[in-house]
Amino acid sequence: MTKQIHLAAHFPGVNNTTVWADPRSRSQIEFSSFEHLARTAERGLFDFFFLAEGLRLREHKGRIHDLDVVGRPESLTVLNALAAVTERLGLAATVNATFNEPYELARRLATLDHLSGGRAAWNVVTSSDAFTGENFRRGGFLDRADRYTRAAEFVATARELWDSWTPDGLSRPFAHRGRHFDIAGEFTVPRSPQGHPVVIQAGDSDEGREFAAATADVIFTRQSSLEAGKAFYADVKRRLAKYGRAHGDLKILPGVSVVLGDTAADAREKAAEIRRRQTSPQTALLTLEQIWGADLSSYDPDGPLPDFDPVPDSGITQGRTRRGDTVAIAEKWRALAQEKGLSIRQTVIEAGGRQSFVGTPQAIAAELDAFVQADAADGFILVPHLTPGGLDEFVDRVVPLLQERGVFRTEYEGSTLRSHLGLAEPAWKG
Amino acid sequence: MLHLSAAVDQPSVYDAASYVDLARLAEHGVLDFVTLDDTFARPGLDALSVLSRVAPATNRVGLVPTVTTTHTEPFHVQAAVATLDWVSRGRAGWRLDVSTTEGEARLFGRRHAAPAEELWREAGEVADVAARLWDSWEDDAEIRDVPTGRFIDRDKLHHVDFEGSGFSVKGPSIVPRPPQGHPVRVVDATEGLARRTAARYADVALVRVANAAQAGAVRDQLRKEAARFGRNPDGLRVLASLLADLGDGEHAAEPGHGGGGPRQTAQGPLYRGGPVDLAELIASWHGSGAVDGFHLTPAAPRRDLERLVNGTVPLLQHRGLFRTFYPGSTLRDHLGLARPANQYAGEAS
Ligand SMILES: Cc1cc2nc3c(=O)[nH]c(=O)nc-3n(C[C@H](O)[C@H](O)[C@H](O)COP(=O)(O)O)c2cc1C
Repeated sequence: MTKQIHLAAHFPGVNNTTVWADPRSRSQIEFSSFEHLARTAERGLFDFFFLAEGLRLREHKGRIHDLDVVGRPESLTVLNALAAVTERLGLAATVNATFNEPYELARRLATLDHLSGGRAAWNVVTSSDAFTGENFRRGGFLDRADRYTRAAEFVATARELWDSWTPDGLSRPFAHRGRHFDIAGEFTVPRSPQGHPVVIQAGDSDEGREFAAATADVIFTRQSSLEAGKAFYADVKRRLAKYGRAHGDLKILPGVSVVLGDTAADAREKAAEIRRRQTSPQTALLTLEQIWGADLSSYDPDGPLPDFDPVPDSGITQGRTRRGDTVAIAEKWRALAQEKGLSIRQTVIEAGGRQSFVGTPQAIAAELDAFVQADAADGFILVPHLTPGGLDEFVDRVVPLLQERGVFRTEYEGSTLRSHLGLAEPAWKG
Repeated sequence: MLHLSAAVDQPSVYDAASYVDLARLAEHGVLDFVTLDDTFARPGLDALSVLSRVAPATNRVGLVPTVTTTHTEPFHVQAAVATLDWVSRGRAGWRLDVSTTEGEARLFGRRHAAPAEELWREAGEVADVAARLWDSWEDDAEIRDVPTGRFIDRDKLHHVDFEGSGFSVKGPSIVPRPPQGHPVRVVDATEGLARRTAARYADVALVRVANAAQAGAVRDQLRKEAARFGRNPDGLRVLASLLADLGDGEHAAEPGHGGGGPRQTAQGPLYRGGPVDLAELIASWHGSGAVDGFHLTPAAPRRDLERLVNGTVPLLQHRGLFRTFYPGSTLRDHLGLARPANQYAGEAS
């Protein structure tokens, strides 16, 4: 059989992908928005709905960042509520392994799995900076090198807890003694419908890939070009054998954005307009400040780029933003601006990330399919730019074409997220 | 104004539908709120999650899960409670409790069991920092100002810089200020240590006592202490908390007992009698000014809640003592509590 595509819906996040200034854009916090997108995803027979997390509001130049969406509800609470208004859709929460404890989080995840009838997933993230730590009892206590050793022990411990009740409903005491956790007692929740909620990993480093190969059911990646996707896919799948796992035990789902149009030209025009809206004059300057590590508020966004070199490791921005080698980026951007005669804003728009798939519904369906058949992915996490209607058109126009191609389900076959993803039920380790 | 609430706890029940049914039944009885208890020490689901699942399946009834403060992160707890308020459109409460046993401490392996006094002092700090974090966003912080490109007015977001005796929190919250401003904080004030915390921070205090005179004495004390903490005592509702066994008949299952009022048991004061006698008791305690209302824990979860809703409530309504519909939409509306002002409003961030 042809490889089947998996699809997930990402609620628009707190970065400039989300266009809040659009007149169609609705609340980022009211339940009705979450309900709308989740119902759209379920109408489209998606595998799951996905919520990101950030535990400290971002700051720039010592002040709270105000240009993007700011603030969001707590993921697991929203997903429990969504379980009431959906029936089959998987429900995935991003929850940090550094600023939580295994007993409590395993319990909340098992609870979601019970209340949703087997639809819970946990995206394990590991950010552990001291800036975020200021909101927590523990503070910023973890070395970067330890973030995945703690995460691995955290997930292993959670699974011990999920296995601590027998499948026929008897609670048995557990004891876990490791480097990061030394705990014992009884778990309060019986084994949940999926046995273990689905574990997702999002992190690009070598350690992150290794952790995913050893532990995760799904990887959420950033690679969205065909070549980079194929390389990543081969690299991660190759690592599975070492852990006695089969090729299909880990699904690779890049986060992607899609722009649809009635013609190719129409779609390209829309995509350009969205990028322009994603990059307001203020956002363009801020992006530049993040790279240059300096205050550029006196620069005109419609004028030329600064001619001095960036300040490395300036710490001008705190929170979840990474830019890599800023000197090299600055050099590239200056060259680009020079060559095409671009202003600051035009350069940021031109050099910034492009939408992953732009075209007519037919072209998009073909491209998504080709991407999966070429082993660049097992499916996609779609990241819309509009709340909450950003996937309506995809579901109405692209999903039927994927179904026609025979690469996407025409109804939910099972009731659990594991069954949607084609993942085996975990064996009970008593 | 009489306030009524009920517990929807059901031992060994792990499916959503059972909790939805009971909450809907309570809503049919126009109760102010339902509670769902929680502890790490006994089997049971995470209560806040259960009531989040219940929220979209109900419209008006208040939802009050227990969330403990000893082994949890104050920042996560306040975010979850605020989110329950968002998903229920202003119906969230939070019953604070502490984890006192060494067995619970071993589940976390972070600290040993501590004396109850220390734990309730910490619970007070958690209640305090939660309200600060709910206030760390002013109501109109989201501006979506296209000309300046700003989604929020950051002068309306505030670091809370809270320093407790055992933890600190920088803030602001990651969740915008919830619909009620502050979700309703509930504390069982029966024990002295918890009573201090209740007087200082609670919107609703529960007292487990077997007669109206005792209830009235605790209420007076709570109101006096609240005033000493600089609060308006009228911002505190005191509810008598009773186990209710409404038996099998219309009237007292135990002859002579139903009319005689509750008696103390190891589980707390137990009312055993018929729904009619219970209405009598409620009217009499409330009429004497001893309490602002009741919190009832059904002995048999479904049977006794049905009897309360279909038997006791109509009698109280008939006598004009209890509402026949919800005039408001938030839990604060039901309780007659004002939406609190923001403690940071107008301050520089
Ligand atoms: C696609 C993707 C999405 C992510 N989403 C989140 C998130 O919602 N919250 C968060 O705290 N970290 C998030 N992260 C950060 C990672 O979990 C991880 O902590 C970080 O990438 C550092 O790990 P690494 O060095 O392996 O990349 C995300 C990472 C990726 C690649």
